[in-house]
Amino acid sequence: MVGLVVVSHSAKAAEGIVEVAAEMGGDTAIEAAGGDGDGSIGTDADRISDALAAADDGDGVVVLVDLGSAVMNAEVAIELHDGEAVIADGPVLEGAVNAAVAATDPKATLESVVEQAEAAADIEKT
Amino acid sequence: MSGDAAAIVAAVEAVAERIQAERDHLTDLDSAIGDADHGGNMARGWAEAADAVADLDDPDAQTAVKTAGKTVLSEVGGAAGPLYGGSLVFASQELEGGITPETAVAFAETYLEKVQDRGDATVGDQTMVDALTPAVHTFKKSIETDDLSPLEALAKAVAAAEAGVQFTVPIRASKGRASYLGWRSVGHQDPGATSTLYIMEELLDTAADQLDSEVPDVDASSPTIPDAEAAEN
Repeated sequence: MVGLVVVSHSAKAAEGIVEVAAEMGGDTAIEAAGGDGDGSIGTDADRISDALAAADDGDGVVVLVDLGSAVMNAEVAIELHDGEAVIADGPVLEGAVNAAVAATDPKATLESVVEQAEAAADIEKT
Repeated sequence: MSGDAAAIVAAVEAVAERIQAERDHLTDLDSAIGDADHGGNMARGWAEAADAVADLDDPDAQTAVKTAGKTVLSEVGGAAGPLYGGSLVFASQELEGGITPETAVAFAETYLEKVQDRGDATVGDQTMVDALTPAVHTFKKSIETDDLSPLEALAKAVAAAEAGVQFTVPIRASKGRASYLGWRSVGHQDPGATSTLYIMEELLDTAADQLDSEVPDVDASSPTIPDAEAAEN
């Protein structure tokens, strides 16, 4: 099953987004990798690496990110990861919810889950 | 330990000391345009990296560089961790055969490409790319075309990086946190370009030490006159 990792500068934000996505995500493995590892705002490649390993059962991982160094640290963690992982180019919360639902489809693939996560960019709110 | 690896261990130690000495200056530069964490973050990360490479048991050059990069990646927060540390880890693969003029050029080029890709930055964005690009280009040309000694090539690269750091002052930031300032970023020297220069200066000093030579007093200009006809073809 495709897994998810949510990367945010805030540990609380990452955990909160995981909480929202898990509500819709059934058995999908969703890991939070927020904060800089020292309890401050930031992102940390080691934390993201650990989250990738925890979320990956062999079918790959879709990574949702917020801003700036979250993208860079996620890229580095993916380079160092022993398996397939892709950053979804979409909003971090809506993308995580979409991806969590998409991953529960028995025919889901890494590509189909990324596609759904990225489709969240088109969600209109007004 | 091989001579190459010993040189890397000495270089990482020298970089750690230099960044520690420049810590407040880097933080001052960063507080003008960023979040004032560059000096502290880098000083902590490079100090840890110096300890990590010193603890290695008989490493080769590639392992020493990779270990320094992994430690910087883990210890330095913000974008500097992946930019400095992640790029060192990636470029270390070019040093598999040890350090020669050829592998040094390949390492420099791979490192530059990684930093550009990762930061999505190009020359003129007021980032470390402004120091790194002229340095790597000058190093490559000095080795491959001008046939200079590696030490002289590195000295020219440092002179080029220095010019690049000065170039960041009068331009507007288009990447990183400083870009949020828009025109207010003009007139400020980029902290990442500055720390890149410090690292290169320490590489040069260490290389001169290892070779028992003086640091060559050079500027970034090439000793050769381009052949216009050859260039056209």
